[in-house]
Amino acid sequence: MQIPIETFCLDNGLLVTLSQDNTAPIVAVNLWYHVGSANEKAGRTGFAHLFEHMLFQGSEHVEANEHFELVQRAGGTLNGSTWLERTNYFETVPSNQLELALWLEADRMGALLPAMTQKKLDTQRDVVKNERRWSVDNQPYGTWWEKLPALAFPESHPFHHSLIGSMEDLSKASLEDVEQFFRTFYTPDNAVLSIAGDFDAAAARRLVENHFGGIPRGKGKPALVGLEVAERFGETLRAVVEDDVSLPRMYLAFRSPVFGSEDYYVASITGAILGMRQGSRLYRSLVREKQIAADASAFTFDLAKGSDLLILDVTGRPETSAEQLESEVEREVDELVEKGVTGEEVQRAIALIQTDIITALQSASERADRISMFATLLGDPALINTQADKYGAVTRESVNAFARDRLGADNRAKLIYVPRIREEGEAEAEIVEAMAS
Amino acid sequence: MTIATRPTPGPAREYHFPAFTRSVLANGITVIVARVTKLPLVSVATVIDATALDDFREKEGLAELTAQSLREGTEERNGVRLALDLEKLGTSLEAGADWDGTVLSMTVLRANLDQAFEIFAETLMSPAFRHEDIERLKAERLAERMQLLDEPRGLADESFSRFLYARGARYAVPMSGSSKSVRGISRDDVQQMYQRSYLPSSTTVIFAGDIKSDEAVKLVELRLGAWKGEHSRLAIEPDRAAHTTRSLEIVAKRDAAQSELRIGHIGVPRTHPDYFNIVVMNAVLGGLFSSRINLNLREAHGYTYGASSYFDWRRHSGPFVISTAVQSEVTADAISETLKEIDSMRASEISHDELTLATSYLEGVFPIRYETTAAIASALASMVTFDLPENYFDTYRSNISAVTAHDVLEAARRHVRPEELQIVVVGNPDVIREPIEALNFGGLSVREASEE
Repeated sequence: MQIPIETFCLDNGLLVTLSQDNTAPIVAVNLWYHVGSANEKAGRTGFAHLFEHMLFQGSEHVEANEHFELVQRAGGTLNGSTWLERTNYFETVPSNQLELALWLEADRMGALLPAMTQKKLDTQRDVVKNERRWSVDNQPYGTWWEKLPALAFPESHPFHHSLIGSMEDLSKASLEDVEQFFRTFYTPDNAVLSIAGDFDAAAARRLVENHFGGIPRGKGKPALVGLEVAERFGETLRAVVEDDVSLPRMYLAFRSPVFGSEDYYVASITGAILGMRQGSRLYRSLVREKQIAADASAFTFDLAKGSDLLILDVTGRPETSAEQLESEVEREVDELVEKGVTGEEVQRAIALIQTDIITALQSASERADRISMFATLLGDPALINTQADKYGAVTRESVNAFARDRLGADNRAKLIYVPRIREEGEAEAEIVEAMAS
Repeated sequence: MTIATRPTPGPAREYHFPAFTRSVLANGITVIVARVTKLPLVSVATVIDATALDDFREKEGLAELTAQSLREGTEERNGVRLALDLEKLGTSLEAGADWDGTVLSMTVLRANLDQAFEIFAETLMSPAFRHEDIERLKAERLAERMQLLDEPRGLADESFSRFLYARGARYAVPMSGSSKSVRGISRDDVQQMYQRSYLPSSTTVIFAGDIKSDEAVKLVELRLGAWKGEHSRLAIEPDRAAHTTRSLEIVAKRDAAQSELRIGHIGVPRTHPDYFNIVVMNAVLGGLFSSRINLNLREAHGYTYGASSYFDWRRHSGPFVISTAVQSEVTADAISETLKEIDSMRASEISHDELTLATSYLEGVFPIRYETTAAIASALASMVTFDLPENYFDTYRSNISAVTAHDVLEAARRHVRPEELQIVVVGNPDVIREPIEALNFGGLSVREASEE
C-alpha cells in the first residue's frame, strides 16, 4: 500500500508535503518544528514545552485562546506536543476549512511575538506546573519520564534532563527567553508542514505559498553538541526509586540504533518479540506462566540522533519482590541473547507491526504526523511508504545478531520502582488482606 | 509577514456516515455490515447483551472477568496458542464488559479475515474457562485494585461513584468489581454467566471495512450458525442516589501533590429525549477546551492543567461529572469558581457565539470521528447497545444544529441541579480541609483512602 506524496520547498526553507485522499471531506494540517527539550539551555529545563503552551496564546492577528476556539468552531480538532527532538502542532478540520488552519499556523510562525505578554506567560507557567503535578508528581511511577533519560544519558547530554522541567527552572523562564527561543527555532527553515486528506493539490499549494511564503528564513540555530554516545553503556546501570506505589516495576533500557537506521527496525522487532501483546516472551513467561508480573511491554523512544533507547517495562504482582522481578526479566533477556529467537516469533512481530501501520494510516492526522516525522528526522517524507517493507525484511539472523550486540549486561540501564514501606496507621487493612490471598 | 485577513470557508463537501445493512440469522444472531473500502482492512465488533448489571450479587466484576476469559483459550486451543494463532495473522482480540454490554473486537487485514474470524467465533462458541486461567485473571484484577489506591485520578472517579449511588445500587460498586467481590468469583460463576447471557439472540456481529454484506453474513453463518441458547434477564435498579442534599467528601491522601476534584450528581439515561440539548449544554459548560469551566479554571486562573465536564451515558442514569485536578492550595477556590459557572449556566441563555461554537464543533467533528473502521464498528455497536434508530447517524448533525439557546438553558435548569451537587476531593486534608469548610457547601466528611 502506497500513500501519495508530493513534496516541495518554499524559498524560505519550509519543506511542504501534500498527501491527497478524497475519501472523506476532512484534512489534516501538521507542523513539526525541529526543536525539543534537547535544545534547552542550562537552567531552563521544561522551556520547550512551556513554549508550546505559549503558541496557543495568540499571535499578531489572533487573540489568546482564539486558536482553539476558531478551530473548534470550524468543526476541527487540534493540539500540540513536545518531545526530546521536536515539537509538533496539528489540526484536523473539515476540508473547506483548510485555509483557516494554514492561516493560524502561519500567523504564529510569522508573528507570534506581538501577542506575548508577561501575564500570559505567568498563567501558562502555572498551567504547566499543574501539568507537572498531574502527570509526574501525583502519578504512580510518574517520575520515570525524567529518571530514565537521566540514567541512560550522561549529565552533559542534551537528552539527559527533564522534558517537563523542574519547578525552579519553570519559575525562571522569562519573556526574553520566549523571544529568543522563537527567533532561533520557530523559523520556516526549521519546520516541515504536511497536509493530508481532502484538497485540490494546486489550490493547496497556492494557499501554502500565500500564507507561509512571506515569512523570512531564520538565521540558523546552534548545533546540538555532545549528542554522540557509545553504542553501549559499557556496564549495567541501576537506580532504585522508593515510591508510593503498591507494585514493583522495572524499566530496562538498552542503547539502541537511532530511529530510521537499518538496525532500528531490527531493534523494534526484537522489542516486539519480547514485549508486544500476549504472545510476546515476557507476557507468556512472566505474566502467564510464572505469574510474577501483572503486565509487560516494550517500546522505543524513536530518537534520531546520538542513540535511541529500547525499553522494557514490566510491572510485578503484589507478592513479587523487586529483586525477583529484576532477575526474572533479565533471565528472559539473557535467554534471548544466548539461544536466539525462532522464525515464527519474527513473523508474529512483523505481522502485528505491519497491520498496525496500515490501521494507523486510515487517519489523516496520523498520515500527516508520520510524514512530518520522516521529513523532520530523516529529511525524506516518502519514507512513510517504505516502513512496512523495512519491518518485513528483518530476519531471525539479524535479530539474533542485534541481541548479541546490544542486549548484553554491558548495555543495560535498570530503573526499579520499589513500594515504599508504609508507616503504621497508613497501611490499609484491605491491602494486607490482598497480599495474603 | 503574515496575512491579516481571516479566511472564509467555501461550501462544505457532503459527508455521509457509511451505509450499513442489518440481517438476522436463523439462530437469532444479528449481523451489521458497513462497507468501507479505503484500505484492505476489516474491523469486527461483536456486541453481547451481557453487562455489569447482570453480575450476580456480591460477585461484581463477573461480566468483565467472563469477557476477559474468552481470550484465555477454547476447548481446541489454550490461551497461548489462541494469542499466537491470531497474532501471526497480525491481530489480537480485545474483550471487555461495561455497564451496558460485552464487546469482543479485532481489526485485521482483509486477506486474513476468514482465518481470524474462525478463531474469533471459536472463542465465542467454545470457551474453555480453565480454572487456572480464571484464577490468574482474578489475581491480576486484585493487583489492579491495589494500584488504584496509588493513582489519584482513578481513585477519585471511583470514590465519586461510591459517594453518589446508594449502598446496594450496582453503580456504587466499580464496574469491574471490588477486591472482595472478585475474590468470591468461581469458575462456575463464569460458566453460569456465559450460559445465561452469551446467546445468539442477544448477540450482534458488526463488520466495518473492506467486505461485502453477503460475504460477512455467510462468514457468520458458517462459523456461528450452529450456536444455540435463550436469553433471560433479572430486573434491577442500579442507579439509586445515596444523598438527596449537597454533601462533600474528602478522601485523604496526605502525599497528594494536587487535589483531584469531582463535582456533580446523578445524570440521566442515554435514551433521554433531551439528549441533544444536554450534549450541547455540556459542550458549553465543560465539554470543549473553550468551555466556561476550562477557560475559567485553566486559562483565567492557572489552577489546573485542564477541567472538563461530561455525562457518563449509560442505559440507566450514569453520573454527570465535572472533573479536574488543581493545586492543593486553591482547591476551595476552584470549587467556588465551578459553582459560579454552574449558576450562571442556569441563570440566563448562552450567547449566540457560544451556541454556534458548540453546535458547529459537534457537527464538524462528526466525519473526523469515523475515519477508521474500528471507530465505525464501535459507533454501530453503541447504536445496538442503546437501541438507537437506524437513521441516528444520518440525522445526528441536523439534531445538533436544531438545538437553540433556549433549549440549552432548559437543559441546564433541568439536568444540572446545584442543590443536589455532590463533591469528592482526593487530596491532603491538612491543606484543604479548612478552606473547604469555609465554603459551607454542605455535609462534610473525611475518610481515609481505602479500596472498599
